[in-house]
Amino acid sequence: MSKLLEVSNVRVQFGGVVAVDDVSFSLNEGELLGFIGPNGAGKTTMMRAITGVVTPTSGSIVLDDKELVGLAVHSRVRMGLGFSQQLVKPFRNMTVLENVTLTAGSRHTRSPLGALFKVDRERDRTRAKELLELVGIVDAADADPSNLPLGYLKRLEVARALALDPTLLLLDEPLAGLNHAEAHKLADMIVDLNSAGRSIILIEHNLGEVMRICSRLVVQDNGNKIADGDPESVMNTPAVRAAYLGEDMDNAAA
Amino acid sequence: MLGLSGYEISLITSMGIAVIFALSLNLITGFCGQISLGHAAFYGIGAYTSAMLTKAGMPFGVGLLGAVIVAGLIGIFIGIASLRVRHDFLAITTMGVGFLFIGIMRQWDLVGGEMGVSSIPGSGLGKSGFMFLVLGFGVLTVLFSLHLKRSWMGYAFDAIADDEDTARVVGLNVSHYKLAAFAMGTALAGLAGALYAHNVRFIDPESFGFVESITVLSMVVIGGIGSVFGVVFAAAVLSVLPLWIQFIDEYKLLLYGGLLFAMMRFSPGGLAGLVKQILRHISSRKSLQKLSGGTKI
Repeated sequence: MSKLLEVSNVRVQFGGVVAVDDVSFSLNEGELLGFIGPNGAGKTTMMRAITGVVTPTSGSIVLDDKELVGLAVHSRVRMGLGFSQQLVKPFRNMTVLENVTLTAGSRHTRSPLGALFKVDRERDRTRAKELLELVGIVDAADADPSNLPLGYLKRLEVARALALDPTLLLLDEPLAGLNHAEAHKLADMIVDLNSAGRSIILIEHNLGEVMRICSRLVVQDNGNKIADGDPESVMNTPAVRAAYLGEDMDNAAA
Repeated sequence: MLGLSGYEISLITSMGIAVIFALSLNLITGFCGQISLGHAAFYGIGAYTSAMLTKAGMPFGVGLLGAVIVAGLIGIFIGIASLRVRHDFLAITTMGVGFLFIGIMRQWDLVGGEMGVSSIPGSGLGKSGFMFLVLGFGVLTVLFSLHLKRSWMGYAFDAIADDEDTARVVGLNVSHYKLAAFAMGTALAGLAGALYAHNVRFIDPESFGFVESITVLSMVVIGGIGSVFGVVFAAAVLSVLPLWIQFIDEYKLLLYGGLLFAMMRFSPGGLAGLVKQILRHISSRKSLQKLSGGTKI
């Protein structure tokens, strides 16, 4: 298996606060990696460093043998990064279907001048509809996103990122805010996407679902990586148990 | 010709120029969501460029072309400088550009300073010929706006107007799109300004001041931000009202200000939004009637 993403010694510092401290991990092609950690562990900051919203103080992030640090967000997306955000951000001046059609037709919008001479949306609308069907919200295709419940909007985020046909899909807490049944369904869908060959990094709080679907876990706490490996052995690591259960080492030993 | 009096021809000409000018701002503010409070500066740049070129002996067509190019280039330059500012800050920056333009024109002796430029050559097409030229450009501008709205460029503009950061996350090069909007909008404003200069044959810095910027912005807002037909309608009506009825001219600012306020308060979508609401209301009533007609109560 070849390495798709290689994160090396990434450090992110905001003033005096170190949010991510010298973290390295990698993702193999076709893998479904769970990126977990307690609240405030710096998971989202790590993801933002990968997408380019945050610039690392040092370190390198390589996707498909290409260095990402220093590139703008949109360039990274054009290089194959698909990103579904923790806080849902649908375009509220478009319907659900239009939101997804826009990214399904991303090859038209590479440059403004090229985009000016292209009008037809039919093919991309068909593709967008397929994706809405895949994530299970095709019944809301013509709805205004402002009126939809969170469960729909979370899946809209995923569909919109998928429509870019990314080589690497980053999902930032897609299950947060969903009820048990909805979360279970969306997690199953993520597994299906992975089985279809999509490489995915899943940042999640919902440990139950993460343990169920991910083949490998990376755990971060207080900006440091504290474990990396298959779910069962990771969860048996004392440092992970301490981070999650709040037991400190002495008590755990006792 | 066509039984139009000279007065009517001049009204229609002014109306056509206002429509082109308002649609030029609609490209930037309506389609791409970038507010501008200094758009009259580009109207002025076009007017001065064409006036100076034709006064130096260049043909009318070269004057127009020069106006479009110079206004567009300065527009791109200002656009690059304002890429880092958004929303209220962009509004203030563009307002500053408007004042900067007036300040430079007042002091620059080459373009007449406070006295402005007089005896600008006419188009050489005659009064009605010039009217048709303006209307022709107006129609082309409307067609271009409609095409743009339907194209993928317009689609990307929609995304950027709603949420710039998310637009980046879906792979749009927001800076390039904004610059494209600035370039097209300011070049078109330059064309409108050049037509204005050759229509009235006299320009001075005051013709392109803050009041003009606000006037054109109210045309866009009252018509309906982003709506091509709404803006055309508002620009046509609001530009001729003060010329037509002397009384309104005296209260022009009061009228525009009042309409702007009323629109913002009661119909943020402008006239276009109002019409849409009414149509929706009628169709929902019709379907209600059908429903109650079909079931016996």
